[in-house]
Amino acid sequence: MDSKTVDTSRAGAIALEKELLVTSSPHIRSNQSVQRIMLDVIIALAPAMIGSVYFFGVNALKLILISVASSLFFEALIQKILNRPITISDLSAVITGILLAFNLPASAPWWLPIIGSAFAIIVVKQLFGGLGSNFMNPALAARAMLLASWPQHMAKFTGTRPDVVSAATPLAIMKYGMSPDGGASATVQGATSSTVEGVTSASGAAGAELPELIDMFIGNIPGAIGETSVLLLLIGAAYLIIRQVIDWKIPVFYIGTTFLMLVLLGVEPALLPYHIFGGGLMLGAFFMATDYASSPVTPLGRIIFAVGAGILTAIIRVKGGYPEGVSYSILLMNVAAPLIEKYTRPKVFGEVK
Amino acid sequence: MNLENLTFKGGVNTPHYKELTENLSIEKAMDPDVVYIPLHQHTGAPCEPLVKVGDTVKVGQKIGQSEAFVSAPVHSSVSGVVKEITSMPIPTGLTVKCVVIESDGKNELHESVKPKGSLEDLTPKEIIEIIKEAGITGMGGAGFPAHVKLSPPADKKIDTILVNGAECEPYLTADHRLMVEYPEKIVFGLKAIMKAVGVERGIIGIEKNKPDAIQALREAAKDEPNIQIATLKVKYPQGDEKRLINAILGRVVPSGGLPMDVGAIVCNASSVKAMADAILEGKPLYERIITVTGHGIKEPKNLLAKIGTPFKNLIEQCGGFTENAPGKIIGGGPMMGIAQYSIDVPVIKGSNGVLVLTEEEAKPKLVQPCIKCGKCLQVCPVRLQPLYLADYSMKKNFEKAEEYHALDCIECGGCSFICPAKRPLAESIRFAKREIIAKRKSKK
Repeated sequence: MDSKTVDTSRAGAIALEKELLVTSSPHIRSNQSVQRIMLDVIIALAPAMIGSVYFFGVNALKLILISVASSLFFEALIQKILNRPITISDLSAVITGILLAFNLPASAPWWLPIIGSAFAIIVVKQLFGGLGSNFMNPALAARAMLLASWPQHMAKFTGTRPDVVSAATPLAIMKYGMSPDGGASATVQGATSSTVEGVTSASGAAGAELPELIDMFIGNIPGAIGETSVLLLLIGAAYLIIRQVIDWKIPVFYIGTTFLMLVLLGVEPALLPYHIFGGGLMLGAFFMATDYASSPVTPLGRIIFAVGAGILTAIIRVKGGYPEGVSYSILLMNVAAPLIEKYTRPKVFGEVK
Repeated sequence: MNLENLTFKGGVNTPHYKELTENLSIEKAMDPDVVYIPLHQHTGAPCEPLVKVGDTVKVGQKIGQSEAFVSAPVHSSVSGVVKEITSMPIPTGLTVKCVVIESDGKNELHESVKPKGSLEDLTPKEIIEIIKEAGITGMGGAGFPAHVKLSPPADKKIDTILVNGAECEPYLTADHRLMVEYPEKIVFGLKAIMKAVGVERGIIGIEKNKPDAIQALREAAKDEPNIQIATLKVKYPQGDEKRLINAILGRVVPSGGLPMDVGAIVCNASSVKAMADAILEGKPLYERIITVTGHGIKEPKNLLAKIGTPFKNLIEQCGGFTENAPGKIIGGGPMMGIAQYSIDVPVIKGSNGVLVLTEEEAKPKLVQPCIKCGKCLQVCPVRLQPLYLADYSMKKNFEKAEEYHALDCIECGGCSFICPAKRPLAESIRFAKREIIAKRKSKK
């Protein structure tokens, strides 16, 4: 159309010199990013990380560093081999590395986290499609694999004091018996050659005494390096909830259900706090069960998922063959997550049935 | 009934950027030398031109109309001579027939533009006829003809008229300024609608980030026992009519239904003001307030612009583009507005904003894989699962998308906004909706 002289005088002065970008709405994006979320999780894990070095010494630091470095290495390697873009800068492999290390005892040999991270990153994460597509929590799946393959390394826990060579975790003590007079030393030589966690822990646990609750809260007890300090894990968890990185419903329903189930299964009231503070429940509920890819996205689905994990944890601990049930119950619920999601589709606004 | 701090479930907190224009009084846009008046600016049937090339027209003169019920006539916004009737692109993205009028600069009013009498003397039927003849449409969104909205079928019992003053789109302040500067017009318009529909209750809903507008309307409505002001939490998309009804009345419009299914009619604040003008001055809808804004504009303004004014003229009046602009030019707000190919498109009845983003702001973001964080579910006001809907859409599995209620999506864009992986969720769902609707049509 010719608008002739009329436009050239004034409006013409701002004729477009370049092409405009035309896309579908919306035209603005929030400042959230995948990398920022991952960084938040790392920040939240930092207190427990520092705590692990404080309680378990330089060996813990060594395991964490090896685990993180090998996770990053294997992620880059497999992506290179599969001709995919290398995405280690999204920091998700760092989290897998930290969580895997957190599940190891301080006495674990240096090659254990390397094998674990290779399994976690290559098999569980990348072969199933990479970030967001893993159907199980990679770190937990690797822990289960390592436990099945090298139980003598995975279930030999050292105490936090330098003089302790090997010690039993509170869960193992509760499972396999306490010293009748409560006065026996916690320092019991653990059998290192057994083939299942139970036997290993059992031999270490017989006759041992439960630690003080305050030590459990602070983290001054034998266990995997990142799971012992309830306090430090809760600090990190609070940060994640405030930053809205994780949904509070999963850990709250998970821990709450575990507690209720333990009561229903007849666990002595005096031992309940040891169950809640002990083992991997805090680490698992706040940092593992909340893994985005392997838990449901629907609000109701998340609650069912958490309740299921809680029931399984209590049953495994009390009735099962292992003292600890957190990792297996989360892994089992991971597998059930797609199904849970399918049956918990939220009712659409105004939906008429 | 509590009318304070109301809200709905879901939604996002967007940055607002309203500070660019919220305190700037409405200015008159410079008179354009030529206007391009589209014959199809509304939902419904396009108008046929009532004038031909060479005709002389006056301000407010009807130049296009349709016999169809769902349609709205269009009027000249200048006095002058019809130069051409031709097809050209308009801000909705469509290319439609436009009447091109060269202004004589005199702005002579057409004789039909005169007061229509007092509200007491007008019958409901007459009020609706005045609104229809004035070509009033929804001025905030889809451009639905107002007289159709105000004529619900007899079996739909309406008990409340809601005036939508939420203006939840970031950047836009056109309705805000209108409420601050013409509160008594809005109250008058609302009274007219209440009389036309035969309703005893009118509520004006305003987001709390516009305290001056809330104050002004409270003042204007203080002697009206049947009119109340509701304050709303600041959250996007509060201005979606179903969200507004849910927040204020607590009612849920059924999926696929309309506000009248739950006894409500929602009108945008600008439309209500236009209705008041139509009755008080006999003035058809030939000009509107539009926010020209964004960091890509030198001097953002709220302008009273004649329908048919090219965007270019408004941008020029606002000092033109800043250094690293334009990256993108949007007709409307950043959440639901439509990106434009050209600045030659004219202002239409539904144009509430011209938003210019800088190159930096417009730069496409890197899309990463979905991490299943579930934030899109949390913010979706319809409670859809955007991540799966988008996935089905991209895999062209439209049957599955339909099963997941793609058609219930209101395309507010909250999911795409919040997505940390910057995935084009709303965009993909929109694509699926188009495909599903096309398939349904072809079956018929």
